[in-house]
Amino acid sequence: MTVLFSVFLLTLLVITAIAAVQSRNLFVSVMLLGIFSLLIAANFLLLDAADVALTEAAVGAGISTVLFLGALALTFEREHRPTPHRWLSLAVVFAATLVVLYATFDKPKFGDPGAPVQVHVAPWYIEKTPEVIDVPNIVTAVLASFRGYDTLGEVFVVFTAGIGVLFLLSASHGHAAQRRPDNGDESKIGLRNDLIPRVVGRLLVPFILLFGLYVQFHGDYGPGGGFQAGALIAAAVILFALVEGEERTLEAIPRGALLALMVSGALLYGLVGVAGIFLGGEFLNYSVLADDPIAGQHLGIILIEAGVGLTVTGVLLSIFHAFAARDRF
Amino acid sequence: MELLGIYHYWVFAVLLMIGFYAVVAKVNLVKKLIGLSLFQSAVFLLYITMGKVSGGTAPIFLKDMIDPVFSNPLPQVLILTAIVVGISTTALGLGIVVRIKEEYGTIEENEIQEIDRR
Repeated sequence: MTVLFSVFLLTLLVITAIAAVQSRNLFVSVMLLGIFSLLIAANFLLLDAADVALTEAAVGAGISTVLFLGALALTFEREHRPTPHRWLSLAVVFAATLVVLYATFDKPKFGDPGAPVQVHVAPWYIEKTPEVIDVPNIVTAVLASFRGYDTLGEVFVVFTAGIGVLFLLSASHGHAAQRRPDNGDESKIGLRNDLIPRVVGRLLVPFILLFGLYVQFHGDYGPGGGFQAGALIAAAVILFALVEGEERTLEAIPRGALLALMVSGALLYGLVGVAGIFLGGEFLNYSVLADDPIAGQHLGIILIEAGVGLTVTGVLLSIFHAFAARDRF
Repeated sequence: MELLGIYHYWVFAVLLMIGFYAVVAKVNLVKKLIGLSLFQSAVFLLYITMGKVSGGTAPIFLKDMIDPVFSNPLPQVLILTAIVVGISTTALGLGIVVRIKEEYGTIEENEIQEIDRR
């Protein structure tokens, strides 16, 4: 049964991907990309990757779609030109596909416990997690503690991308300019006049926020953590902005607060690392944060997950507002 | 089971190449970014597929587990962070596309090149 479902999902994935690339209407392409993300999230769940599925569903199907639509609102909704050199490109892609397909025959069998990827370092992490860190979710343990240094790097990549978007879109160069605040007809902003989106949106936002906080603080025990929680909380606020209008969202959470979130999250993560040095351990060694090494690990993981959550929320919302504030001309 | 494994890898290859086609052949910059997202997702699928152990479960310890078999947590950690980094870079790309539209009035690559040549 699961096999059948897998094959069905994978086939749907290919169909959606082809349709997304084929469609000349970019709005349709973006919507298909959202569906594609949801399908691939279901696939990740079937492949035992609950954390990844949660992230993909929140980021790919939620936030990515909103950002693409924001960009479409500022550019064009249709492709104007037909694809040039179409057959040449297709031939190159077809040849490359054959090469990749040929390579798949040499891959280890699907689900083989003896495959090189399963027998190298992975058993060590699975074995040591209960002993050294003692949190049930191995993914969180590896992400936040064993490989905390990598995750710090990822957080700074996210942070840098956020800064980059703010730089690009806050410049008022050429004939483009920041939109003046809407003082005119308040009722035209957002979906405030549409009954169903308004009721459903208002009902859902608090629950999505609550779920986001649950995912944030329950990340040690179940699927979840800072990345997923940040994406979920940002999605809730974006939903609020779509229903109630951007101005009202900025009244609730001003731009300065979002910048503060971005910076404080990354700083919190870095400071936990430095605190490790001052307490006599290495950078990002949480064992020295408390008297008991295991308690120290737990404290460190909660703190840095909070840092990740703050930065991801701040960056995603700042990017959203940067797109939304740009005027169409 | 064996056929399913090959099928996973084939879907990976096809998705990768659909994304690749959009990046090389399409002239619309938003379409190129959509292709890039598809390409990325295909790589994510490959990693997660490789981490699967048959009969395994999600790598989370539960109280009443006796000798659990877990799927490999390491690719999952890698891809989890890659997804969030991916959306940040996509957002940066979209920001650049919006600025190009504002300066050139178009987001079709060949039209941009024509304007540059003038």
